[in-house]
Amino acid sequence: VTASDPPQSLLDACGAALVELGERDPNLAVLDADVASATRTALFAEKFPSRFFDVGIMEPAMMSMAAGMSLGGRVVYASTFAVFAAGQAYNVVRQSVALNRANVKIIATHAGLTAGDGAPLQIVEDVGLMRGLPGMTVIVPADAPTTRAATLAVHGRAGPAYLRLCREPLPSVTDGSFAIGRAAELRPGADLTIVALGSLVARALEVAADLGAVGVSTRVLDFASVKPFDEPALLRAARDTGAILVLEEHSVLTGVGSLVAATTAENYPVPVRRAGVPDVFGEAGDPWPLLDRFGLSVERIRDEAWELLRLRGKAP
Amino acid sequence: MGEVAPAEVVASLEAKALETRRNVVRMIFAAGRGYPGGSLSVADLVTALVLRELRLDPARPDWPERDRLVLSKGHAAPALYAALALRGFLPLEELATYGQTGSRLPGSPDRERLRGVEATTGGLGQGVGMAVGMALDARLAGRPSRVYAIVGDGECQVGATWEALLAAGHFRLENFVVIVDRNGYEMEGTTESILGVEPIADKLRAFRFHTLEIDGHDFRQILEAFATARSVTQGPTAIVARTVSGKGVSFMENAQAWHGRPPSRAEAERALAELGVPAAEAGL
Repeated sequence: VTASDPPQSLLDACGAALVELGERDPNLAVLDADVASATRTALFAEKFPSRFFDVGIMEPAMMSMAAGMSLGGRVVYASTFAVFAAGQAYNVVRQSVALNRANVKIIATHAGLTAGDGAPLQIVEDVGLMRGLPGMTVIVPADAPTTRAATLAVHGRAGPAYLRLCREPLPSVTDGSFAIGRAAELRPGADLTIVALGSLVARALEVAADLGAVGVSTRVLDFASVKPFDEPALLRAARDTGAILVLEEHSVLTGVGSLVAATTAENYPVPVRRAGVPDVFGEAGDPWPLLDRFGLSVERIRDEAWELLRLRGKAP
Repeated sequence: MGEVAPAEVVASLEAKALETRRNVVRMIFAAGRGYPGGSLSVADLVTALVLRELRLDPARPDWPERDRLVLSKGHAAPALYAALALRGFLPLEELATYGQTGSRLPGSPDRERLRGVEATTGGLGQGVGMAVGMALDARLAGRPSRVYAIVGDGECQVGATWEALLAAGHFRLENFVVIVDRNGYEMEGTTESILGVEPIADKLRAFRFHTLEIDGHDFRQILEAFATARSVTQGPTAIVARTVSGKGVSFMENAQAWHGRPPSRAEAERALAELGVPAAEAGL
């Protein structure tokens, strides 16, 4: 599989997986806060109208309702845009969902800068918020196959989960063999490791290929499973390659970059650079130029990689 | 329409509610913290639900067809614990552990610690949503369970409370009852001086609830309201229960100071004496 495959919608993949689950689990229910046609839970709604509830624009109550619906043994998926799921409803997710250990799977779409509609709708703090909640599984798929696998995987895992989905179709970079708690090594390498998530995994592979052309061997790890976090895979990468670059469409303050820096600092200190959204709000624009503008262009990523290689004495 | 409760049922519940109140005072004194005002105001409603109205089985706390009570105003937990103990969900002696580290009876109800607690609450404004979800779940599963949520009147200032009520009305959840403990007080003063919620019954009617207004300390009215709610088939029922903060202890009644502070030993003894427990038997 290469990053040149045609992009596929993660949201459609999730919606199709919900239909698949709906056939398998007659008790599964889905809630959406009046954005089903955008989040694509509409696919489930068309197939199972009696088990789908559009609750309107009320994300906090949607989360507490989802929790209440689930406590009798039902698995409930609740979907809306990430800024509402993690932002508007944060304390309800914290108490009604996480503290109650409710079997609620949150499908948070339109996450990050690529939501495109301007700062109010571009949340880049959600992974930090969600991974801070005890018992919350947090997954950031990089492509449609992983999205499908993750949507199915959280169904079988007791307790709450947060799936963070990019609105934009993304090239398939994995074979969909996602497992909760495991990082996927998409490219082997010995000189440098790029840890990447979501929309930036394809760019990580592109940079790794460029570096490979000039003799630099770059390991690419897809850390879709943010929590539980594959600490052994990270520390292996630290030992084997001696430098780690983290790419994420998320604030560097509370994202996976910070987690990687803290985990390596405590266990096996190596140079780490965090490429993500700096401490600023997003702005409106076309998705990919926006990523470029906020420091996540392929060129900037390549520069960051060379900076690390120089630090390790592996660059000319 | 509701039915008239037999006098002996009312007398029995009054006795149980007195026991609940005594335990509320003992628990909050022993813990050195808690909310006497709102725990005593809700004591009759909680006692009527747990000991009479709810279909529960302490031997089978997970019985799928049981009714559910969500105490959204989680800080009134002592009243819930005391009533659950009288119903046999926990030993009465265990009430003494209220608020202690490791206890099954923390300051707000925790469903994972104590069977009989249906939802972990504490932060206000979330219990109605959880209860509405439970009612929707029961309907979807074809279970006869009825779901009751008790909210404080201060909690009626929280937006998410109204979001969830809007949903209950929209989905016509005839198996759902919201009970407003209308004691008139919140942390810093009266609800009407801080952020008025009246006319509360009109608001609930506008949200498509069959709305009843009762004296929340009169068991005849309480039981009649529950019976009426059971007969309503077009949608959810709201019961606005006019209550007295600190009910049953003269110096705590309608006294702002007692919203959220524990009694001293002397005050607890006085309170228990008013609740019919002689000082020699107070056991504080």
